[in-house]
Amino acid sequence: MRLRSRHLLGIAGLEPEEIRLILDTAESFAEVGTREIKKVPTLRGKTVVNFFVEPSTRTRSSFELAEKRLSADAINFTAASSSFLKGETLLDTARNLEALVPDFIVIRHSEAGAPHFLARRTGCSIINAGDGAHEHPTQALLDAYTIRRRKPFEGLKVAIVGDILHSRVARSNVLLLSKMGSEVVVCGPPTLLPPGIERLGCRATHQLDEALERADVVMALRLQLERMSGGYLPSVREYARLFGLTAERLQRATPDAIVMHPGPLNRGVEIAGEVADGARSVILEQVTNGVAVRMAVLYLLAGEIEREAAA
Amino acid sequence: MPGKSVRVMDADSMARTLSRIAHELLERHKTVEGLALVGIRSRGVPLANRLAGLLNELDGHRPETGVLDINLYRDDLSLIADHPILRRTEIPFELDGSKIVLVDDVLFTGRTIRAALDGLMDLGRPAWIQLVVFVDRGHREVPIRADYVGKNIPTARTQEVEVRLEEMDGADEVLLHDEPPSRSASREQGRQR
Repeated sequence: MRLRSRHLLGIAGLEPEEIRLILDTAESFAEVGTREIKKVPTLRGKTVVNFFVEPSTRTRSSFELAEKRLSADAINFTAASSSFLKGETLLDTARNLEALVPDFIVIRHSEAGAPHFLARRTGCSIINAGDGAHEHPTQALLDAYTIRRRKPFEGLKVAIVGDILHSRVARSNVLLLSKMGSEVVVCGPPTLLPPGIERLGCRATHQLDEALERADVVMALRLQLERMSGGYLPSVREYARLFGLTAERLQRATPDAIVMHPGPLNRGVEIAGEVADGARSVILEQVTNGVAVRMAVLYLLAGEIEREAAA
Repeated sequence: MPGKSVRVMDADSMARTLSRIAHELLERHKTVEGLALVGIRSRGVPLANRLAGLLNELDGHRPETGVLDINLYRDDLSLIADHPILRRTEIPFELDGSKIVLVDDVLFTGRTIRAALDGLMDLGRPAWIQLVVFVDRGHREVPIRADYVGKNIPTARTQEVEVRLEEMDGADEVLLHDEPPSRSASREQGRQR
């Protein structure tokens, strides 16, 4: 059993068995994270470039920690410090990164498809760490890992609530969970639900109470105000009143429902503080699991690099 | 199955051999108190469990047992196309100052044991580590030897020794293949489960 591609560009390209392989492998790396010495020599001598054109703290830190725990050498190119701001094209930047002879490029970019562009034009393994409003596969994988530790995917009802339109996390999660046999409902105001989202394999509703009814997993998403040029919402307060996840509204979900959020949180907007800090919240567990899942992805893709070289 | 295969041990002789190893452990250490058996995945694990059971019958104490997956410590990862499927390492006791008996089915090049030693050292600092192997087939590539050997089987380098265990393979026997069977072929690729 192995991954078919040497890149991780999106959940769309993964088969259910490949998703299971990544999640199973992550179990082993979760154990490494509980040790006193949280480091294994597995990717010694491999180089990873973390190429983050869009600001990110938690995803980049999570990747960096995963790389360090596998003994890979990591360097960071970030938007503020990169030549990108000086007018260089993506292709030129990519060529320069490739001249450093890395084994992996982890890319976060504001344009959908940027990782795919790099995958076609460079010789190393590309990992998509979020491209525009398209996909964020490692986030969906870590969410799936967190869910699977508590409940099997088959027949699970998952509600994803919030700014679906701008959310690559929502897209990747809908794709992954529907592939694994879960029932997914996305919920948000009409302006923040992209038309045709059902084609990804989910149901869509504008009624929060309907989405939460008997949900086993509730995922709240942040309003990405920085991507909104205006006109999407009458006011943030009204949004919070209609779509904010409160303890009272959560009562419609199953008694053992878990609450997830990819971060960063806007307390009192998409999620009430008491829910984010409550017993059902697995938000911080998601962060911890992210490192193990990213280690698993790097480990499995590293095998694929060698396969290409041997072929 | 291609090539010739010979059965070099049956269930009875394997049981006697394992019992002898248990007696040797007891002879050397007087008691099993304080000993911990760590099986190397995959077939070291049931062997370690059986030894723990035998020692319990002989001495009245069942030593602690643990499981070690060495794949993250292999020295050939950059040569393998498909990285081996990882399983969990489970060491449910404190390693610092512990007395560890590593258990594996076949000792061949010694590289697996080298990886196991590195893996154990990352988890703690045992007082000492000894090695039990069920079969020693020779052809060492690193200076490693076993403290307890079930059976020495002289082999050619191209041959394959297969230890089959009731718990995983449905039967207890040791086979010597002139050409590797398919399971062992995939083991060379590190793809075994």
